[in-house]
Amino acid sequence: MKSTLGIASRRGFLTGLGIGGLAAAAPAWAAGSVKLPLPGGPDERALTTAFPGKGEMILQRTRPPLLETPFEVFDEGVFTPNDRFYVRWHWANIPAAVDANTYRLKVHGHVHKDLSLSLDDLARLPRFEIAAVNQCSGNSRGLFEPRVAGAQWANGSMGNARWAGVRLKDVLDKAGVKAGAVQVRFNGLDEPVVDGAPDFKKSLDLDHAQDGEVMLAYAMNGEQLPLLNGFPLRLVVPGWYSTYWVKMLSDIEVLDKPDENYWMKIAYRIPDVPGANIKPGQTGFKTVPINRMVPRSFVTNMRDGAKVAAGSPVAIRGLALGGDCGVKAVDFSGDGGATWSPAELGMDEGKYSFRRFTGSLPALAAGAHAVKVRCTNANGLVQPMDPVWNAAGFMQNGVETVSFQVA
Amino acid sequence: MIPTRTLASSAALLAVFTLSAAPALAAAPEPMRFKSAEIEFPSSDRIFPGGHEAEAINNNCLACHSAGMVLTQPHLSKAEWQGEVTKMINVYKAPVDQADVAAIVDYLAAMKPQP
Repeated sequence: MKSTLGIASRRGFLTGLGIGGLAAAAPAWAAGSVKLPLPGGPDERALTTAFPGKGEMILQRTRPPLLETPFEVFDEGVFTPNDRFYVRWHWANIPAAVDANTYRLKVHGHVHKDLSLSLDDLARLPRFEIAAVNQCSGNSRGLFEPRVAGAQWANGSMGNARWAGVRLKDVLDKAGVKAGAVQVRFNGLDEPVVDGAPDFKKSLDLDHAQDGEVMLAYAMNGEQLPLLNGFPLRLVVPGWYSTYWVKMLSDIEVLDKPDENYWMKIAYRIPDVPGANIKPGQTGFKTVPINRMVPRSFVTNMRDGAKVAAGSPVAIRGLALGGDCGVKAVDFSGDGGATWSPAELGMDEGKYSFRRFTGSLPALAAGAHAVKVRCTNANGLVQPMDPVWNAAGFMQNGVETVSFQVA
Repeated sequence: MIPTRTLASSAALLAVFTLSAAPALAAAPEPMRFKSAEIEFPSSDRIFPGGHEAEAINNNCLACHSAGMVLTQPHLSKAEWQGEVTKMINVYKAPVDQADVAAIVDYLAAMKPQP
């Protein structure tokens, strides 16, 4: 299926828009705007409620959609509501309708038996649930310094949900993986607009695919997935960046040699150094496909520039993720990182979930202050004090600082 | 004092609860039922501003993506923009008229990023 905005109709499409007649700075359906803390700008983005199934979102791109979760949503709880969950698509040919009755998931390749599974077939397999953070590889890219090209996300291309569905392992077992298989490749219903462009496909090593945690989710926070988040089925790869969480999953192919498709071999690669952190201009490193997430923590109850009353303790509340394992500790500092105090951790919803933390700075003198928060994960990995940098804008996890005024 | 009979029925009730609780935990919940989904994607009425200067980019680039993300990029050098346009053409197979490439790169390099 190719877009109705194909090559032949392109000029017609533009004529229809009336070039020159429309140069509005923001779309007609914009519902106000928001300023993101993007160094050097441009920092203003429209807020939109025009996307079906979504509440108010930050519009990064209309087509294909890039919608960022407004950061205040993260203060409301550890689970991100489906209607505020961020949205990111690579290609603009996304089915606008998916028929739950005729949808089929194909399993093929290096297997004993090809499968074509309906949603009801999947729903009859043992149900598996897990809480897990889904975070874009490029979350926080817009905050990189020096700035880098790409989707200019602030910190809102992440979300946490309770995913329900079936283990990938159970589906692979049904097909019977043949000896010699090495990877499993995933493809969804979205397609490039132009013939010959690389369809978006991602692969996992077979051992990972069969680990009993990687799953096919048909529900998110107790509801079927919003179409914009991949209805009816998306891959969930707990602890790994969202690039692997293929949406509208329709095709699983077991491979007997490593996947060399563009989205594995060229795109979504990171410098093979700790934290993917290099210096601008640095060369001479190997690259590997992006993989496990790293620990992060965010203050959610205060934004930069917040005003706080003098003479009373300052409450700190936020969210942390361990990355590919649980949160061991979150510490906060009111003196630029000279001394740290442990935050109290909220309920443990599972090692891949967001974890709420709370803390309190003592009453502060009037003037400018800042709080830093730092997560240590269960493997002992600690957020670096300085921001991460690489040319693709991936894997940011430097310690966050929120500046505020006490008066 | 509680009559024996009440105690007995309480015990029976407790048994019922215990019996009903165990299978509820063990048995699969009601299988998920799916409802077909259909949405209308919003379209963008945004074009690259600049009139004649923007003709090449408007003619070649909006078929695959809307303008917003391009217009909100940070300042990038001409070489960086050349790299982006080359990637669009060579990797993502953007059907850009070869004669328009220079005008597109010039436009992007001169663009004042804006909301």
